[in-house]
Amino acid sequence: MHEEPVLQVRNLRKQFGPGCRECGQMDNRQLEKNYCTNCGTVYACQDISLDLYPGEILGIVGESGSGKSTLMQCLYFDAEVSSGEAYIKDPKLEGKNVFDLSSQQKRYIRNHSYGMVYQNPVHGLKMNFSSVGNIAEKQIAAGNRNVADMEATSKKLLESVHIPLHRMKEEPQNFSGGMQQRVQIAKALSNNPPVLFLDEVTTGLDLSVQANVLDLIKTIQRELGISMLVVSHDLAVIRMLADRTVVMLNGAIIEEGLTDQILEDPQHEYTQQLVYSLL
Amino acid sequence: MGYVPVKGGTEAIEASIKRLKYERLKGQEIIAINTIRSTMRGMVDQVMSESSLYSPYLAALSIKQAEGSMEEAVFLMRAHRSTLPRNYYSQTVEAETMLVERRISASFKDIPGGQLLGPTYDYTHRLLDFNLIEENPTENQQWLQNYKQELQHIEPFKELKYFPKVVEHLREEGLFEVYEADNTPPIDITKQNLDFPTSRSARLQVLTRGQTGAVTSLGYASLRGYGQVHPTVGEVRVGSVPIYVEHPNEVEHGAEDEFYIGEIKVTEVESFVPVKVKNENNEDELEFEIGYGICYGQNETKAIAMSILDQCLEHTNSDFPTHDEEFVLLHIDSVESTGFISHLKLPHYVTFQSKLDSIRQVKKGVQKNES
Amino acid sequence: MKAETHFAFFDEGSKKEIRRAIMKAVAIPGYQVPFASREMPIARGWGTGGLQITLSIIGKSDVLKVIDQGADESVNAVSIKKLVHETTGVELTDRTEDADIIQSRHRIPEIALTKEQIIVLQVPTPEPLRGVEAREYITKRMHSEYDYSGAWLILFEQIMKYGKTATAADHPVYVNHRYVMAPSPIPRFDNPKIHQSDALILLGAGREKKIYAVPPYTNVESLAFDDYPFTVESFEGMHCHLCSGADVFLDELIDHTTGETIYQCNDTSYCMERMNENVNEKEKAEVEGSYA
Repeated sequence: MHEEPVLQVRNLRKQFGPGCRECGQMDNRQLEKNYCTNCGTVYACQDISLDLYPGEILGIVGESGSGKSTLMQCLYFDAEVSSGEAYIKDPKLEGKNVFDLSSQQKRYIRNHSYGMVYQNPVHGLKMNFSSVGNIAEKQIAAGNRNVADMEATSKKLLESVHIPLHRMKEEPQNFSGGMQQRVQIAKALSNNPPVLFLDEVTTGLDLSVQANVLDLIKTIQRELGISMLVVSHDLAVIRMLADRTVVMLNGAIIEEGLTDQILEDPQHEYTQQLVYSLL
Repeated sequence: MGYVPVKGGTEAIEASIKRLKYERLKGQEIIAINTIRSTMRGMVDQVMSESSLYSPYLAALSIKQAEGSMEEAVFLMRAHRSTLPRNYYSQTVEAETMLVERRISASFKDIPGGQLLGPTYDYTHRLLDFNLIEENPTENQQWLQNYKQELQHIEPFKELKYFPKVVEHLREEGLFEVYEADNTPPIDITKQNLDFPTSRSARLQVLTRGQTGAVTSLGYASLRGYGQVHPTVGEVRVGSVPIYVEHPNEVEHGAEDEFYIGEIKVTEVESFVPVKVKNENNEDELEFEIGYGICYGQNETKAIAMSILDQCLEHTNSDFPTHDEEFVLLHIDSVESTGFISHLKLPHYVTFQSKLDSIRQVKKGVQKNES
Repeated sequence: MKAETHFAFFDEGSKKEIRRAIMKAVAIPGYQVPFASREMPIARGWGTGGLQITLSIIGKSDVLKVIDQGADESVNAVSIKKLVHETTGVELTDRTEDADIIQSRHRIPEIALTKEQIIVLQVPTPEPLRGVEAREYITKRMHSEYDYSGAWLILFEQIMKYGKTATAADHPVYVNHRYVMAPSPIPRFDNPKIHQSDALILLGAGREKKIYAVPPYTNVESLAFDDYPFTVESFEGMHCHLCSGADVFLDELIDHTTGETIYQCNDTSYCMERMNENVNEKEKAEVEGSYA
């Protein structure tokens, strides 16, 4: 690929706990999984580097506790990194490590360059505001001050995620889980973000609803060409969505490549297990 | 109809103030400040504590002026406090040196130094004493004399008895963590705005001057289930502690240069609260922490409730409002809460007119979307 | 035990502290400066924030006007005036033009203020984002991060639900294109007066312990979407039944005898001035006599 990545992550680390003599050295850590038995420090992300290219869907698969959700939270600034760098393709932020920016600048990136869909819609939506208001909020944050314009965009998005327009003024708290998730996706898309994060978006939904949401994501990617980072514990989801896949275990990347390649010819023992269990 | 806002305000206020004075005087009884001081101990203590100004004399005056209304009396004292320049801070008070009048522990049957019941309402039967209606000075004097005589038959201790803190005993056993003395000067919340998240010293200051009823209610709410602190009262002590200030001009400070400026009576409570901590091997262990309560005068309910809230606010990772420092600290102050509630009596006709207009416009649907 | 009260109630140390907060507020327009709000002889919520500002800036030669809901003679305005007068001896006035300092609750006078004047507004709830977020710790961060989507969202929701914004008094404003500020519960009618004001505007919240300011000639915009412009209270076709003034903020009253709705100027000193202009000198003296 010759294109420049929209998001570059280099040596991202995130630990919970102070570390001790046993686990403090990066190269020679005595850990059980990602956990130091001596001091209780958890190394949730260890030296993560990855690139996200324009228009692609990059899957991150791993079991719970593998660090994939923490990685996502760090990238979306919901959590602070312990160390590491990330660069986004934006002329104003050329060569600037986004983790070093002020919280005001980070908020600017979230509002203008990122969209996020959380596993639990409670985190992404204001449940007691109208659905159209929820979608408008993201556009307002991105600087839109025209009601008619925002209403039109919201309608278009709600239609595209199959929410009947006569319910657009209803609060998401009245909706089913699948509908809430679709409103959340519409909201995440409303500022036309170059990068969209999706964290276990189908977990907890009925199978038929799952298929529906996955289909929607695929369509959006095809039509809008948005780059997406999809986190899931479910290889089936990754198989359906991702062009390339990263496999994480105990806070580290153990394997990465084209999704087909990983499914056909898994190298790491853990990946092999994962692939075989899929069949 | 007449012009409504005519020059009536000034006259109305004058008349109202006169009427208020009439209400206080019409019974034609005068209560002496000293009478209040020596017979209304509970009120005096409460006013001093809620106004954070230790002066039984002024507290008695404020109670007289406020005709016994607690919120008014506290208000008067607080306003007076604002006019006083504050030139010195006292040295840290060591509560172990308290001249103890009363000291009990609920945690142990017996404690080093012994339990000392002292004066308390706890074991009085709350039956109205109709004899007090006909109380007379001769009988009272006789009673006092008898009481003093009784006391003479009691043999006093040879030496001044030192009451160690109950917690010391448990600390030696390793059940409480031993902390280094933290000599960071506390922020003065009456000179500096509360900044969230707050420090413990700031929290304790707000709690100790909190309205007795409010502190009690929130402490009770936590105890009852809207909170996660279930303490055992380790020690309640009531007594006097001496106050010292540094020599204002000396550069070198020594304890012998300090000035004794008087003593204050306080109620101090240490509640023992079990908490889960990690040991060196990263295993869960149970330890105790102290919930601390202190207030001017004798007001044990408030001090105990304060000790509960102190611990609640030390552990903020709970969904209960009693563990939310903004919720607790911003709503227990007497002057603030009574002031804002009572401001609703002020006219609001401009704001109401504005609201009226807004609702009318909505009804008319005037502002059509033009695009 | 008797003690004389110091000039303007406070000791000089306290006044200096409050003035420092005011200076900071002027330097950062619209930013809420925390200050160690004192307990005052009047109740919290009754104008202690404004009073503390007034008392810490007032000098012996200043002339003071105090209004409450537009009226000089409203009981609480009288009470505040009395306190300031008793502790300072300064001259009091009802005439807006004659005042150096105007302390006001919920109104800005109809007559344009001048650069020699300071208006002090009493504020019950200084935080414009409180309706969006209850926790002070968070709202403070929202201001610092310039995160005002919540404030806008409330307006957006109103438009969705009611077809227009439905704010009443205290409609939030942007100050100097940076901070969103609660202008205190003045009617929307008064919001435009804050923009490029000749007079210094100081706002004090005693209970909430915040001071903030709009320095003279500062840009102040009321929050409004492009296609739903900001509107003030409408008094179209109405006028004051006393001075026949129009284009002013009117109080709505019910005539005791006829039962009809009548209107009169909310700004009482403005109304009185106009009535005085309309009568000859002899009558004028009479009118003043009856109101003085």
